[in-house]
Amino acid sequence: MFYNEEFETLPREALQALQIKRLQQVLQRVYHTVGHYKKSLDAVGVKPSDIKSLSDLHKLPFITRQDLQNNYPFGLFAVPMSSVVRLHASAGTSGRSTVFGYTKRDVETWSELMARSLVAAGIGKNDVIHNAFGYGLFTTGLGLHFGAEKIGASVIPMSGGNSKRQIMILQDFGPTVICCTPSYALHLAEQGSALGVDMKTLKLRVGIFGAEPCSQQMCDEIEKIYGITALNFYGLSEVMGPGIGMECLEGRNGMHIFEDHFLVETIDPQTGEVLPEGAEGELVFTTLTKEAFPLIRYRSGDISRLITEPCRCGRSHIKIERVIKRSDDMLTIRGVNVFPAQVEAILTDIEGLEPHYQIIVDKSGPLDSLELQVEVSEKTFSESGSVKELQTIERRIIKDMKDYLGVSARVKLVEPNTLQHTPGQAAKVIDKRHI
Amino acid sequence: MKVEQISIFLENRPGSLEHATRVLEEANINIRTLTVAETADFGILRLIVNDVEKANAVLKENGFRVNKTAVVAVEVPDRPGGLHSIMKVLGAEGINVEYLYAFVEKSGENAVIIFRFDNPEKAIEVLLANKFTVVPGAKLYEF
Repeated sequence: MFYNEEFETLPREALQALQIKRLQQVLQRVYHTVGHYKKSLDAVGVKPSDIKSLSDLHKLPFITRQDLQNNYPFGLFAVPMSSVVRLHASAGTSGRSTVFGYTKRDVETWSELMARSLVAAGIGKNDVIHNAFGYGLFTTGLGLHFGAEKIGASVIPMSGGNSKRQIMILQDFGPTVICCTPSYALHLAEQGSALGVDMKTLKLRVGIFGAEPCSQQMCDEIEKIYGITALNFYGLSEVMGPGIGMECLEGRNGMHIFEDHFLVETIDPQTGEVLPEGAEGELVFTTLTKEAFPLIRYRSGDISRLITEPCRCGRSHIKIERVIKRSDDMLTIRGVNVFPAQVEAILTDIEGLEPHYQIIVDKSGPLDSLELQVEVSEKTFSESGSVKELQTIERRIIKDMKDYLGVSARVKLVEPNTLQHTPGQAAKVIDKRHI
Repeated sequence: MKVEQISIFLENRPGSLEHATRVLEEANINIRTLTVAETADFGILRLIVNDVEKANAVLKENGFRVNKTAVVAVEVPDRPGGLHSIMKVLGAEGINVEYLYAFVEKSGENAVIIFRFDNPEKAIEVLLANKFTVVPGAKLYEF
């Protein structure tokens, strides 16, 4: 099933002709409107007109998350704010967050791509969609919502949390589709079981999952507990949000990237060399149609591989494998992306704390849990040596983690020299989850 | 008239208290009295010792987070109503007690109550005015 059959099944040759035309247009536009791109292209001596075919793509420099942060908040916008109708942002304190803008047309494109994704999962206007992704600055909740309305489905804008209420609505409103992170689906099932609700008796028939790594085992488990078909989408707020890629009902091996709107490459994360199709590497995205926040060769940090074999669904667009690994130290905690550097910034902003810390990520039931162990500094203890004052510091850390990063953390103050003081971020994270 | 108390930050795990007492033993420090304030994850060990400076130094050398806090020691007869006689006065004067702990003197006649006040100066003034025996640090360390 297709939402836009013409473009989703465009023969590769026509698709590539469209891609190069759109790439040349976006390059001209960003080169003349966004200072960063003029500087980075000039630095390597490449002009937009040098890109004559898709095989020239590798000549263009990458843009990284660091570049995005350096241009906080609006430095990479390619249109004036008067043309922007929506802003979204990633987690993080000032300067460590990233802001994404959308023009009216961007929102329309996004809605269409999300609509394509839902239709690829066999969802239509007769469906009732329970959307348990968070609404707000994060892109997933609203992104899905607009796509669902576009296909004429009925949307329940549930957002996350309040599990008991979620289960009540699942029972009373009878949605046929559930959208959330895979771990939240498992958590809801546990809550349901505690309330004596058999998830198989609900009207749900399809689940749309994303925003965190999902193993085949997790998908299988969800399908068994709920008696539904579990499909994955691929999204990246920087590139657009959800709706960049979608697993189709017919193929069910990998997620189609909507290639009329995005170029995807895999590179060696160490050398930056473009890898042959099918090799595992870091995904790099170029947006072909975005107006407000175009990205040229954005290094996503996600590790995957491209699947170029034709799909039985009839889409001509290539697929990527589900993303389980990262090329950097980004952590996904209950669907929220967190970097250790952001945690460190929160700790150093609290007066007197030494940034000797360790992040321990684990599962409590199906959900992720994050424990932050922080060494008590000499300054902290000599100035705040009472239980009350130390607990005030603990609460402050917990609150800042929630306010700035959107993550619920458990904080444990520890004695000095109990944590590894190895330089480098990776040593500061112990991930006990097995995905 | 104030007494110096040593506070040590300890994680709530087996062996952390043992490490602190070992360091004190090796430095030949005698503990007069002690108490532990605990939460789920950490505790604060509070000590009155015979040599505050030395205890502070050796604990720091061994990587402990240590601080010194001014507390007030009050001597009362070891009999029913001993503590209450102090609390009556403090209550009437509106003086808040953060925490307290106690020990009985070797003679067995008197108890010494260690108080942590928000405002130790004012508390000492009130206690002395009401004829209580406030034990100076130097005397307490030598008990």
